[in-house]
Amino acid sequence: MDIVVEHLTKRYGPQKAVDNVSFRVKAGEVLGFLGPNGAGKTTTMKAMACFIKPEEGDILVGGYSIHDHPEIIKKNIGYLAENNPLYQEMNIIDFLEFIAKIHGIPKYLIPERILDMIRTCGLEGEKHKLIGELSKGYQQRVGLAQALIHDPDILILDEPTTGLDPNQIVEIRELIKRIGKEKTVILSSHILAEVEATCDRILIINNGRIVVDGTAAELRKQAQGNEILKLGVQGGDIDHIFESLFEIETIDSIDIIDVDKQLFEIQSLPNTTSVKAIFDTCVRNNYYITELTPTEKKLEDIFRILTLH
Amino acid sequence: MKQILHIASRELSTFFDSLTAYVLIVIFLGFSGFFTWIYGADVFFVGQANLNTFFTVAYWSLFIFIPALTMRSIAGELKAGTLELLLTKPVSDWQLIFGKFLSTLLLIAIALAPTVIYYFTLWAIGPVDHSAILLGYVGLLLMSMVYISIGLLASCIASNPIIASLTALSIGIFFHIIFDVLASNFVGFLGSFFSYMSLSTHFESISRGVVDTKDLIYFFSLVFFCLFTSKMILSNRNL
Repeated sequence: MDIVVEHLTKRYGPQKAVDNVSFRVKAGEVLGFLGPNGAGKTTTMKAMACFIKPEEGDILVGGYSIHDHPEIIKKNIGYLAENNPLYQEMNIIDFLEFIAKIHGIPKYLIPERILDMIRTCGLEGEKHKLIGELSKGYQQRVGLAQALIHDPDILILDEPTTGLDPNQIVEIRELIKRIGKEKTVILSSHILAEVEATCDRILIINNGRIVVDGTAAELRKQAQGNEILKLGVQGGDIDHIFESLFEIETIDSIDIIDVDKQLFEIQSLPNTTSVKAIFDTCVRNNYYITELTPTEKKLEDIFRILTLH
Repeated sequence: MKQILHIASRELSTFFDSLTAYVLIVIFLGFSGFFTWIYGADVFFVGQANLNTFFTVAYWSLFIFIPALTMRSIAGELKAGTLELLLTKPVSDWQLIFGKFLSTLLLIAIALAPTVIYYFTLWAIGPVDHSAILLGYVGLLLMSMVYISIGLLASCIASNPIIASLTALSIGIFFHIIFDVLASNFVGFLGSFFSYMSLSTHFESISRGVVDTKDLIYFFSLVFFCLFTSKMILSNRNL
């Protein structure tokens, strides 16, 4: 099922949480929704899950509009809300049974589905416990189980790994990847590594608008631009080295990273390289190079550049 | 319809799991039993084979208990975030409201069920007006429906269960006594208006054994108005 978001706008009072956002998710795609806190990720996901109605715009899931056919869309969506709300006083099996019934799964299939979910989400040891007694990581798994129990075509996961320990994060990521092979998955996060590890496509949203739409590789390429070098130079006073480096014409900026080790970060002007000039300068001044590494821009930096204004 | 039943049965089991139901039933039966059979204007003191005392006690105790039962229905779900869980499942706003309404009504019916023993006891003692007693129960259920819907409405308005409970009580008290008091202080149109608005007028007329469509219209229109307003508030959520 394709998801088409068209000119989505949602206001909270005078503030626009989402401002004229449009994008499209193809069936079978794993889309990562990125953005700083309060960027509008959750609002967009809530609208997709038919929990809130946008003032303007529409979302079409498999051709059905959220305004006209929410009941059809809800049947085909598995949704894990941001802070994973669950009935704390119920035990896992009763809870999953309730969700299965609400989804209209035939009665004879329910026990099988529940067992399947308990196995898939690794809840075997805890299945008779009350949800309120579970640790956060296990609660998150119950949240995933309830989102998956009716075998939906589309999964919407709002920050599925918050509050989990590193092992659990890896496990949940594996699970999402496995699910993503068959289903359309939309997941939000503000952890870039997570999105990079699990998603085919990244959508960065900031102040309610989409700033980037593409794969991780495309994103890198787009933001790469200038050459950045990490340079270590010894054999002279740091100020002198700084000055002589500064004379190189192709260098745009120099930052001193470490005074003791005499490490610099050098950014060249667009479409130029300064490697040879640096080498020549060092030879001329009898300095020697202890380190010269090209720095690849991390996704984190790209994220910061794109969302910091 | 199935969704309504699923929601209602889950809600009902929560009432029992959290002991709320047991506390309610024990206190309700204790109170009504005590005043019906043992103390005050009890059956033996009155010397008539009717359950008027029981209906009066139930009329008051349900008025106080129901807001405590309904206060968490929407406000609690909202606070715990589970409203989002429920409403992103194939459940419409109406189904949620009706499910909550039905669960509380069922709990009240369960609490009232053991008091049928009073009726059989009375029957053994003397000549009973069967229809009056039957209609007394109908009246109690109708009155409970009104207070449950008021409670649900309050629970939709307030985001905090305690405030929801107090709101429900303060709305309820108008129908419970204030309109009645006003009715006795006014004459003419205002007097009859307040008298019509007062729940006790209609409850008394039904529990006397008279079913008038006027009374039924009163009860059902109040219930409908409250549930409809609750649904509108829920649908216009901006969370």
